Amino acid sequence: MMRRVLIALLAGMLFGAGLAHSGMSDPARVRAFLDLFGGAWDPTLAFVMGGAILPMAVAWRIRRRLDSPLVDTFFVLPAKTGITRSLIGGSVLFGIGWGIAGLCPGPAIADLAIAPVPAAIFVAAMLGGMILHRLLPARPVKRPPLENSHV
Amino acid sequence: MNWTDAMPLAGLTGGLLIGLAGAIMLLGLGRIAGVSGMVARATGIAPGGTPWPIASAFVLGLPLGALLLTFVAGPVATRFPTSIAAIVLGGLIVGFGTRMGSGCTSGHGVCGLSRLSPRSIAATASFMAAGFATVAAMRALGVTS
Repeated sequence: MMRRVLIALLAGMLFGAGLAHSGMSDPARVRAFLDLFGGAWDPTLAFVMGGAILPMAVAWRIRRRLDSPLVDTFFVLPAKTGITRSLIGGSVLFGIGWGIAGLCPGPAIADLAIAPVPAAIFVAAMLGGMILHRLLPARPVKRPPLENSHV
Repeated sequence: MNWTDAMPLAGLTGGLLIGLAGAIMLLGLGRIAGVSGMVARATGIAPGGTPWPIASAFVLGLPLGALLLTFVAGPVATRFPTSIAAIVLGGLIVGFGTRMGSGCTSGHGVCGLSRLSPRSIAATASFMAAGFATVAAMRALGVTS
């Protein structure tokens, strides 16, 4: 376990360094990307996404040749299919919050070290939102009406 | 377009670091480097998923790596909204939405898009569109954050 924890720490550090280096730890820069009508659209975020997707796309190709991860037992990956209302609704909500503050979870956590006060306020509110989601009862599954209920 | 302030090269190299981190998590540990999920797991808000020590180490690494970069490369800008209300409201909605939508910019945007996952493509299109629309609406209404 110790080796896996160290690998996760290293990955987190690379991720955090990448966010800070790319300007993504700056909420105003992120909002400038989302601001299409302000006359000063900042394309940096698109370069960050492109740069991040390149090594990940290679990693997904390598993954196909592996039966298990290099230092763990199983791949634990989410299903690719099933576009649900909560996927879309949750993502739209996330985008609204992202637009208001210019922050998504990664930069917010990374900023705890370099802008501690406002980042801590955002992260506390974010955890509050996550807890709120957990506390809300799951919506009952809508079942299709039985067609041959008389049978 | 604002090429004076844009950082295409730093964006690309920083992005490569982020993608490398995601590749290490995927190929090394068999996991998606999704920050919202890892945070929920590290704080105990999500009951299952990635083992707690791994999620916590990854989350701890984010501020450590950012701090280390400022030691090496000098200070970086962190221009937060001046309105505390905007920070709190944004945080609440981001927290709720990322749990409801099972991911954020890292899990859906970076890991999912590069996998060509239809779910992640739909999620990323949704939060991008909502982000553009929100900033446009705030501009139209004269609301600043």
